[in-house]
Amino acid sequence: MTAVIEKAAGPELAPGPRPGTQFAGRRRPGETLIRMVLRLAALLTMVTTAGILIALLIPSLSFFAEVPVWEFLFGTRWAPRFADASFGAIPLITATLWTTAIALLVAVPFGLGAAIMLAEYAKPRTRSILKPVLEVLAGVPTVVYGFFALQFVQATVLREWLQLPTGAFSVLAAGLVMGVMIIPTIASISEDAMSAVPSALRQGSAALGANRMQTTLRVVFPAALSGIVAAVVLGVSRAVGETMIVAIAAGSQARIVTNPLEQGQTMTGFIANAALGDSRVGSLEYNTLFAVGLLLFLITLLMNLISIRFVRRFREAY
Amino acid sequence: MTTTRHARPATVRVSAPLGTGTHGDRKPGPLLFLLLLWLSLLVAFGVLATLLITILMDGWGKLSLQLFTNYPSATPETAGARPAVLGSAWVIAATAVFTLPLGIAAAIHLEEFADKKRWFNRLIELNVQNLAAVPAIIYGLLALGFLSLLQVQNKNVVIGGALALSLLILPVVIIATREGLRAVPREIRDASLALGATPWQTVWRQVLPASVPSIATGSILALSRALGEAAPLLVLGALVYITFDPNGLMSGYTTLPIQIFNWTGRPQEGFHELAAATSVLLLAVLLLMNALAIFIRNKYQKRW
Repeated sequence: MTAVIEKAAGPELAPGPRPGTQFAGRRRPGETLIRMVLRLAALLTMVTTAGILIALLIPSLSFFAEVPVWEFLFGTRWAPRFADASFGAIPLITATLWTTAIALLVAVPFGLGAAIMLAEYAKPRTRSILKPVLEVLAGVPTVVYGFFALQFVQATVLREWLQLPTGAFSVLAAGLVMGVMIIPTIASISEDAMSAVPSALRQGSAALGANRMQTTLRVVFPAALSGIVAAVVLGVSRAVGETMIVAIAAGSQARIVTNPLEQGQTMTGFIANAALGDSRVGSLEYNTLFAVGLLLFLITLLMNLISIRFVRRFREAY
Repeated sequence: MTTTRHARPATVRVSAPLGTGTHGDRKPGPLLFLLLLWLSLLVAFGVLATLLITILMDGWGKLSLQLFTNYPSATPETAGARPAVLGSAWVIAATAVFTLPLGIAAAIHLEEFADKKRWFNRLIELNVQNLAAVPAIIYGLLALGFLSLLQVQNKNVVIGGALALSLLILPVVIIATREGLRAVPREIRDASLALGATPWQTVWRQVLPASVPSIATGSILALSRALGEAAPLLVLGALVYITFDPNGLMSGYTTLPIQIFNWTGRPQEGFHELAAATSVLLLAVLLLMNALAIFIRNKYQKRW
């Protein structure tokens, strides 16, 4: 950095530093070292992702060397442990679709309702009480939710109280409880999105004579839509990836599920169940775990990328 | 309890939505709408209350000291969760030792030193957000594949479980730490640099101490998430019958969530009561950790 001293009118200035003086200070090897360590720590997150991909891909590739991708994705019989083994993932996919759909039917309306309540209606005092309750809901371990789904929702509510013709397990009970688990996810992101909508929009709406319901539904909701979509997409990703609730309450029979009162095995349910048996490293059975894991990872990765994109959009809007 | 997986955008919260009058709220339409909103909150409250009450009722009979002192057994009357309590403690301690330094270091790099215009740093940020939403069971598969690659025969060791859980909560720690660092105002850094401190001295002596409360809050919440997580450990073979005290990083183990899963899957009613009692124990620990996190946040967090 060179300091140029203007010799212009005005009082004489003291001579500045000599041209060519280094202001950056001396080189500090310690600082550089520390920064390198910090950078390495950040790089480790990339290593994790690469590790996930490699760990899933290598066994999956040897799986797909034996089982055609076509048969895996569209086959309708899942029986990896039988003598006449068959690797059609459609039964796992139907069960996953059922639990995800049921979970969203619970989580989207109730999650959005809670978000609107917190963002648009609640006074700060009320919110300071209501929000922690939702957070407690998010903190309950999924294995406890699973126990609750099996012991209370399935055994007591569905079978005893409602007298539904269902066995010990059902995708309905797992999906319902999973929906409750996802309510806080959807509520919290949608609330952020709605709170980010500028108050001027609400004031404008009120000035035109709209009441709070009209303002919420016709002004705030559309303005926050990308954030709300992001919340729902993330909810889908959580429902697809949730393991313990389905492992406990959805059952372990991999058949195509046509009725939510039946039991069914989801993708995660299969991984959890198959991992219990001790399969030899490198065997087809072992590789099957990773092939299903890869499918699961790709689905949730896609969902997460979509969700992140929508979150970006709503943040940039204002 | 906040154990959000996702990256939450840091929006500035307006304390109450301004300019929403309450006129016209008494018409039947808006009233019905308000009723529905209350109903959706009530569902959340109701399920939470039902869950707590039913689990307390189921587990009440088995909530005793025996749960801490006895080993699992074939008869529910004498079974306890002592190895699971100790195993959870070991795994969580190891997870904390692995994750916290790494996560905080990565967050400091991303927030204080990384040039955010460079594509590579943006990729890392996107990646962290993505990792935060990867299903937990995938981390189990990652650890399983990694241990198999190293030719480890016995995968059910404390260090393996801690590895999986560390990677699982690393993004959560990074995101929480970054939010804490971001809350420290620019002026603090400028003042420190103006006095001649180097960038690292500024971070170490000014920025980090100022953000300790929020980092601690985020870390406790992340660890409480790891404590309740069962799926990755299930994949690593932690569902075993253990009748000894885990005593080191290479020791076999089981954890509280896994023990609950185990007992839930047995047919006898007595084991279900044990599962409920252990759930009550786990929930109590998690609530305590969350209360601690909230306490730290409220008591020590600075408002600039």
